[in-house]
Amino acid sequence: MKDKRLSVSAIKNGTVIDHIPAEALFKVVSILKLDSIDNMITIGNSLESGKLGKKGIIKLSEVFFHDNEINKIAMVAPCAKLNIIRNYEVADKKVVQIPDEIVGIVKCVNPKCITNNEEVTTRFKVVSKAEVKLKCHYCEKITDRDNIQIT
Amino acid sequence: MKNKNLVSITDFTKEEYLRILELAAEFEKNPRQDILNAYVISTLFFEPSTRTRLSFETAINGLGGRVIGFSDSGATSASKGETLHDTIKMVSNYADLIVMRHPLEGSARLASEVSSVPIVNAGDGANQHPTQTLLDMYSILKTQGTLENLKIFMVGDLKYGRTVHSLLQAMSKFNTTFYFISPDELKMPPAYKLVLDEIGLNYYEGRDLNEFLDEADIIYMTRVQQERFTDPIEYERVKNAYILRREMLEGCKETMKVLHPLPRVNEIHTDVDDSPHAYYFDQARNGVYTRMAILSAILGVK
Repeated sequence: MKDKRLSVSAIKNGTVIDHIPAEALFKVVSILKLDSIDNMITIGNSLESGKLGKKGIIKLSEVFFHDNEINKIAMVAPCAKLNIIRNYEVADKKVVQIPDEIVGIVKCVNPKCITNNEEVTTRFKVVSKAEVKLKCHYCEKITDRDNIQIT
Repeated sequence: MKNKNLVSITDFTKEEYLRILELAAEFEKNPRQDILNAYVISTLFFEPSTRTRLSFETAINGLGGRVIGFSDSGATSASKGETLHDTIKMVSNYADLIVMRHPLEGSARLASEVSSVPIVNAGDGANQHPTQTLLDMYSILKTQGTLENLKIFMVGDLKYGRTVHSLLQAMSKFNTTFYFISPDELKMPPAYKLVLDEIGLNYYEGRDLNEFLDEADIIYMTRVQQERFTDPIEYERVKNAYILRREMLEGCKETMKVLHPLPRVNEIHTDVDDSPHAYYFDQARNGVYTRMAILSAILGVK
């Protein structure tokens, strides 16, 4: 009989991003621009999780991130955990840390901000890492976690 | 301060504030000085503003400088769709300094990153208006003889008023005790109270304008605007509660002064105007000296 299961199990080399809150999964996809790479990617969402209620998970074959690149997802998925896989084994485990400054990626919440009216790369200072509050370098208004929109 | 931008009041240090105020006093004594005659200053007003523009242009003319610019973006290439980026790039080829007002918040910061000459922000939407703050500080210094350890009452719309936010940021460096008097809907936002908490300054919040007024050194009035209220009944209930009248000032300190960034609508009753406590029209005159001080410090001629 033909095996009808999908091949989602193990990856040989790559990165597994686990413990993403279910509602943040597609924001993580945008932040990491996973829509524009052609590696093999497996995405699962709304999976049962004791810790988060519902969680998402992303498995990326042959993809490895720089710390400053992966840390950007901490804005929306502060508890995300990374497993770095080499030759089917977990070679390294990492947690994400929100950076001090966010350049690009996030849209300022203020519709009257110059960055929403002219082509300007957004820049934010992270004024609270625990609650995720981003202060716009231009209009000085705060964008908080609930209002984060990925450009 | 030479070649420094003045975009946000927090761009300057306490020492720099004091230097500007010292220069302003010097210009008040001697307002005709031909020190900017080699300079061209551009005033770019992308939205209309009578008081601020006239005040800047009076300051520039008084010091012998020349002005190029516009007072309404309708007559410029911005109306043809030119970006702010390109307008500033172009103008910074012509002028030694750019004074700008723009309706979008953060526009002055962007301009300062694009321009090859210093930018003085004359108001970017609801965000910052630092020259107003410095003239407020000059008015406080002049009437009180010091900026240290004062009791400042801020009254009215403390939620949206940019002048009170910037004044709070600047005066928090002088051990000020603040009293915030406003309707519940228009309270001082937590982000600004946090600034005071971090420094360890005391402040009081209340709804009743009559309370403790006898302790005030400065009463800084702002207007409570109807469009800020979601509930019109609530507006009707509070609109008369934040109008300053002459009889309310009876027990006040002799040296207490009432400030207002103007334009006033009805929040200060006209019967206050000839009271010795009224200072809001003198405050507007101080704007010229303060702007002379800012321009000459940034151009490095003082």
